[in-house]
Amino acid sequence: MLKFIKHHMETITGIEIFPLISFVIFFVFFIALTIYVLKVDKKLFNDISNIPLDAKETDHEQA
Amino acid sequence: MSENNEKVGLETFHYDNTSVRNFLIATVIFGIIGMTVGLLVAIQFVFPEANFGLQYTTFGRVRPLHTNAVIFAFVGNGIFAGVYYSLQRLCKTRMFSDVLSKIHFWGWQLIILAAAITLPLGFTSGKEYAELEWPIDIAIAVIWVVFGVNMFMTIMKRRERHLYVAIWFYIATFVTVAMLHIVNSFELPIDAFKSYSWYAGVQDALVQWWYGHNAVAFFLTTPYLGLMYYFIPKASGRPIYSYRLSIIHFWALIFIYIWAGPHHLLYNALPDWAQSLGVVFSVMLIAPSWGGMLNGLLTLRGAWDKVREDAILKFMVVAITCYGMSTFEGPMMSLKNVNAIAHFTDWIVGHVHIGGLGWNGFLTFAMLYYLIPKLYDAKLYSSKLANVHFWLGTLGILFYAIPMYWAGFTQSLMWKQFNPDGTLVYTNFLETVTQIIPMYALRAFGGLLYLSGVFVMVFNLVKTARSGKFQPTTTAQAAPLMKEYKPAVTEHWHRRIFEWKPVRMLVWSLVLVAIGGAIEIIPTFLIQSNVPTIATVKPYTPLELNGRDIYVREGCYTCHSQMIRPFRSEVARYDPVDLEYSKAGEFVYDHPFQWGSKRTGPDLHRVGGKYPDSWHFYHMLEPTSMSPGSIMPPYPWLFEQEWDKARTPTKIRAMQTLGVPYPEGFDAESVRNAEDQARLIAKGLEVEGIQASSDAEIVALIAYLQRLGTDIKNVEGVAEAGNRNAND
Repeated sequence: MLKFIKHHMETITGIEIFPLISFVIFFVFFIALTIYVLKVDKKLFNDISNIPLDAKETDHEQA
Repeated sequence: MSENNEKVGLETFHYDNTSVRNFLIATVIFGIIGMTVGLLVAIQFVFPEANFGLQYTTFGRVRPLHTNAVIFAFVGNGIFAGVYYSLQRLCKTRMFSDVLSKIHFWGWQLIILAAAITLPLGFTSGKEYAELEWPIDIAIAVIWVVFGVNMFMTIMKRRERHLYVAIWFYIATFVTVAMLHIVNSFELPIDAFKSYSWYAGVQDALVQWWYGHNAVAFFLTTPYLGLMYYFIPKASGRPIYSYRLSIIHFWALIFIYIWAGPHHLLYNALPDWAQSLGVVFSVMLIAPSWGGMLNGLLTLRGAWDKVREDAILKFMVVAITCYGMSTFEGPMMSLKNVNAIAHFTDWIVGHVHIGGLGWNGFLTFAMLYYLIPKLYDAKLYSSKLANVHFWLGTLGILFYAIPMYWAGFTQSLMWKQFNPDGTLVYTNFLETVTQIIPMYALRAFGGLLYLSGVFVMVFNLVKTARSGKFQPTTTAQAAPLMKEYKPAVTEHWHRRIFEWKPVRMLVWSLVLVAIGGAIEIIPTFLIQSNVPTIATVKPYTPLELNGRDIYVREGCYTCHSQMIRPFRSEVARYDPVDLEYSKAGEFVYDHPFQWGSKRTGPDLHRVGGKYPDSWHFYHMLEPTSMSPGSIMPPYPWLFEQEWDKARTPTKIRAMQTLGVPYPEGFDAESVRNAEDQARLIAKGLEVEGIQASSDAEIVALIAYLQRLGTDIKNVEGVAEAGNRNAND
């Protein structure tokens, strides 16, 4: 069955590059993401992660 | 946050608690209904007569009711309650529109009501977890968009610049579920209550499990992860363990999840590349899933003393642990060698209930115990009862899951066991069923334990609510965002691009999941014309088509597969003469596909010609008369109701529209054609001493069953009414 798909795919010119491009895009994205989260100021993340906790509501919301 | 400190002037506003409370009540009510129906179907495995002898309460119709109720009613309302509560507080603003909130709430409940009425009546599209017929599908899409608009406009008018990670998960949930639902629901209506899937066979299967798998991912997982990221910090009073991890967790999860659908179709008639793709991405899924699990569990570091006393945290810990267990188990089951054992067995049922009862159920309960006292300005009536609920629920999960694993392994091994001479040890499928009936009884007991825990909770929460007074709003204060705010160039790209930009977040999430979906599905559509047409495979006759509709209506696919995998144990069991496994080309006219996902009964793909018509007649009337000990319910109504003559021409025309090659003008003669075939079958039955009306539904069903899987063998005349051998 696989040969049918392969044959169909072969008709697309330059198809070999498709998976490579996909891989590179996502690889770069995740590397950049990792670098970003490692580099970012710790205080900022502390602030953001406290958003659920710093409720300034007047009722009985407790932290 | 920095600009908030500039004290632009605090604004006072009021969070809407009414919608939250309404969704919470709905989740409890539908939780009880969905789980009670679940208990009913579990009992039917042990006592088939628990269908009350009614078609409306027979397994094939109420099992979809159970799955739809717990997924879309119980968990769905739970999601909305949690989102409406947390989103307002994370955005420091009231929900955008009370009217939209109301439309959303009542619209969703009406959809559930429609489902609860139509599924027992047998109106079904025959695709698992997407059984609802097309008018309801449209209503779902509309209400989902209402929810999306309400959510987005709320985010737009927020007073907190940063989008907390929980909101990312809500956004991804919204876009992906919309995409999945719409793509999977392409169907051709023939009237208000009946439609045919636009896709056929392999394509239909691929789209369906792309949908099915990602319904688990984006309806049962991502929104609940969002809730986890909000409610665990709230309940434990400490921020999430690692915000860094949550960012990576989010992107990795939504990227990888969307690819993993084909792992539901391993060893099925699906292209190898799609199977391999599904396996690879499924295994990769462990990383983000466990990242999320650890992030949740480690948030409780240093708070474990609280976990000992606080029932809310206990529920959360078990919920996250169950999430971790099933997301480890899932990738393992995606390995082909493990899948060969697990697929079609009760192992799958155990697996999904670890997720359903543990992860979704327990997190919902934790949310309820957290929110009801807050919304009613009261103290929880009894933390002791909450603990009782916790233990009942936990024991319920264990009593559910362990027997299911046991049953799954037992049955699978029995299916595959050979004698030294190369014959199957358990040639009768039924032996492998009766063997595990004690396990089914234990599973029902587990369900009962779990459900009784829910009643304890309801009592506790009602008492709590009565002791306080409902607070329709909560007042809060915050500074508005500066309108002209421009992020400094020094700010990081990820923040500039995503974290402050909800619309971009939506678009990029959509792009990410759409790429995965497209790469998985498009090639299969492109190859439609040249793979794997088998010349002898012909369209169903009009009578067989009607029989097939009955098969779909009765939900036969909930217990019987139509997919013989290429294993010696399977071909030897299901096609001992020709040893043919199921080929993709055999399903090209199947709108919808009926491969099934669970074998409570044997596979039916090669059942055509295996037994005489009279066998099917007696078997459908009283299964135990042909198979002593069978747990299949009788279907007496098939002998009283008449097959659908009136819509037969419409059905043929619909099939022609979908590309089934009936000759031009065939619709006009379709009824006569069907009647001829029905008369032949009735005559054949008469020869065997059975009086049956040729108009009875059973005749159409027999026609369909006798056709199943025969084309590939080129049995003379099976495809054409009139040539059919009445004595087969």
